[in-house]
Amino acid sequence: MRSRAFSFWTRAVEVAALAVAICFSLGASAPTSRLNILSHRLMCQCGCAQLLGECDHVGCPDRDTELSMLSTGIAAGMTDQQILDSFVAKYGATVLAAPTTKGFDLVAWVAPFAVFAAALLGTILLIRRWGGLGGKAHSAATLVAESSDPADRERLERIRRETGANDGF
Amino acid sequence: MAAFGSFCLLIALVLAAYNLLAGSVALRLIATGQPARISPERLADTARRAGIAGFIAVSGAAFALVWAAFTNDFSITYILEHSNRALPIPYKFAALWSGQEGSLLLWAWLLGTYGFILRLRHKTDVKLYAYAGTILAGVQVFFLLVLNFAAPPFSLLPGYVAGGAIPADGNGLNPLLQYPEMVIHPPMLYLGYVGFSVPFAFALGALMMRYPGEKWIRITRAWTMVTWLFLTCGIFLGMHWAYAVLGWGGYWGWDPVENASFMPWLTGTAFLHSVMMQERRGMMKSWNVWLIFSTFLLTMLGTTLTRGGLVSSVHAFAESPIATWFIVFMGIVLAVCIFTYILQRGHLKTEHHMESLVSRESSFLFNNLVLLTACFVILWGTLFPIISEYVQGTKVTVGAPFYNRVAVPIGLFLVFLTGVGPLLPWRATSFKSIKRNFVLPVIALWVTVIVCLAVGVRPWKDGALDSGSFYALVAFSVSAAVLTAIASEFLRGASVIARQTRRNLFAATWLLTRRNTRRYGGYLVHIGVVVVVIGLAGSAFNRSIESEMGLHSKMAIGPYNLECMGFTQDSNRNYSSEYAMLDVYQGGKKIYQITPERRFYLASGQPQTMVAIHSTPEWDLYVVYEGTNPDTGQPIIKAFLNPLVDWIWFGLVVMVFGTFVALVPSLTPATAALRVPAVRAVAMASALKGGD
Repeated sequence: MRSRAFSFWTRAVEVAALAVAICFSLGASAPTSRLNILSHRLMCQCGCAQLLGECDHVGCPDRDTELSMLSTGIAAGMTDQQILDSFVAKYGATVLAAPTTKGFDLVAWVAPFAVFAAALLGTILLIRRWGGLGGKAHSAATLVAESSDPADRERLERIRRETGANDGF
Repeated sequence: MAAFGSFCLLIALVLAAYNLLAGSVALRLIATGQPARISPERLADTARRAGIAGFIAVSGAAFALVWAAFTNDFSITYILEHSNRALPIPYKFAALWSGQEGSLLLWAWLLGTYGFILRLRHKTDVKLYAYAGTILAGVQVFFLLVLNFAAPPFSLLPGYVAGGAIPADGNGLNPLLQYPEMVIHPPMLYLGYVGFSVPFAFALGALMMRYPGEKWIRITRAWTMVTWLFLTCGIFLGMHWAYAVLGWGGYWGWDPVENASFMPWLTGTAFLHSVMMQERRGMMKSWNVWLIFSTFLLTMLGTTLTRGGLVSSVHAFAESPIATWFIVFMGIVLAVCIFTYILQRGHLKTEHHMESLVSRESSFLFNNLVLLTACFVILWGTLFPIISEYVQGTKVTVGAPFYNRVAVPIGLFLVFLTGVGPLLPWRATSFKSIKRNFVLPVIALWVTVIVCLAVGVRPWKDGALDSGSFYALVAFSVSAAVLTAIASEFLRGASVIARQTRRNLFAATWLLTRRNTRRYGGYLVHIGVVVVVIGLAGSAFNRSIESEMGLHSKMAIGPYNLECMGFTQDSNRNYSSEYAMLDVYQGGKKIYQITPERRFYLASGQPQTMVAIHSTPEWDLYVVYEGTNPDTGQPIIKAFLNPLVDWIWFGLVVMVFGTFVALVPSLTPATAALRVPAVRAVAMASALKGGD
């Protein structure tokens, strides 16, 4: 039973992956503007707290200067990192729209995932401790003995509830 | 009027302090059973009445400030700085919350209003309401202390006090705030912020008195949902305001103030889900208490961070040095919460444990985990500039690229759980039922992936992963799966009712929803969330073009061609404006004319854009008149084509509708004919097994 079900899902995943691969191969992707990408990794320095690529202030004292500097860097064949470094050298670290991945800045990126991983692990361990995975409270056999299928049991309960006494979610 | 307002605030402070002290003493006497000269019940009732009187006093102060705005009383500094004679009437109201002092007064007034309603309903449960009312009085004392001593809204102009003349006109309201939504967005948001004080007060009160059972949760359920609804509407109205006023083509910029409103929304949403586990199975009691404590503290933290000037924000117009007051207050609240919890935690022992990793309970747990992780990410991103400055001496910017990279995947996982959770039964499930429930959603997911790829959604560009398109593809496909899952849940239940009552499927769905409004209202809210996510995913395909436009110049974006038909100017007492008249053509046919505008407000001397937006379900044509190029004298027009933006606002409507449905009491079957004996129900379930 379990192996049949497993093969069904394996086949479904294979078919889906094939379909995706076919679709991925359709058409060619459009060229991406480096200017657009980089201008969204930098902040406008006029104090508007907007990304350089989104600053909409007419007569903004900094936007055109920054965009011009960006264009010059791209035309000169500088790498993205070299361009960003030149901006940091001129305006300071706050010109970057996000922390770098070096030094203490790396903590900004790592902490959320570390916290999520720790919380996830903690949750799983908690459920295990409560007996969920160990089957302490309700083994498969117990479930079968109690009722044919938990889904059926849930549905029965809900049908009773929705056609009889009222209850919550 | 300034004297009247100040007097009202002082009286309100005295009354709130009496409410807090007398209420605390009375509850202590009741708890210990100590004999006293005055009956503790009577003392508690005087405290309650003081709370009601305090509401009247705060209302008087709020009235005084609005009256001062309407009568152009520029002897009051706050009115001078936030109003002027030519300000239209609706914005005179907005002056109440346009600055720090007014915002705090609004907060205190709303808190007073909530407290007033709570105290009127005290007969529901006299003791619990007495605890909650006393705790609310404690919060009110803090706000009234700030209003009386740190940020008084009725301060008179120093020059006027010294015998000088009152200025003839005020400085006017910030142009950014002169937009219809700013009349309702802040009160809506504040109703949400302040509203969380009520479940907080009940939770803390119930813990203090070791209140038996989950009754306090049932009592506060409507409060929490209404509060959550206000906060949701407030956040979305703010998004729409940013979209229509700021003129950058977006609606969410991860500004600290936006983050500050989003964090309590996340923890509040987590609370709304996890309380169901406490109600149904007596689980997660400590967790729920801490969720509501955190939500309340986050509403305070948001104000501290942004209004206190700790982090820079586009909302800097409302900054003032009140952060210290808020930090001290949060410290006191946190200490009280921790102390009470340590003292009473034995009361919060769980009644059941989780039995399976794949069950409704675990889905709620993971839902909470993801919501709190999202909250942490946003808090972390908001605070990191301060932390970085402290650790390495240099401030860094944590802007949209950080949040897009970190928060978006978490959000998508949350949407996934939105669909998965309701499909799992309580306690435990089996592989068979997972397969049965998940086949359709999985098919919908992959069909959507294939369709999206076929119509040109490419998750990579130039050989590299394009994160925007990739996330959009994931969002569309997961949304399709979730919508299918929810629809199938409705259909399963409705088909049972249809067979049972011989109604058509539509009528059966309606009856099903009315039979369990909470469950199906919740599903509707989930549908709304998914619709919003689809709308947000559309931003991955935004396009824009900017150019100088002379008479009869043309611009093309997407399917639209814009032709400039002229420029004109206008003026009134409040502002002068210049705007462009652009004919919009689609397929060679003129469909309408739009008039993007740029205003210059006379009192404040500040310019402001008024964006012209033409919305369709497919996309928004969003046109900004940016002004004239000082070198060429030519007007500059920027046009955006923003796909699926309307879906965001429509999603909000669905969420509001779903919340209202969930708030309506469920229909109790009136006739015996509608009741199904258990035996028949078993037969129906067997039939469903094959059919659903």
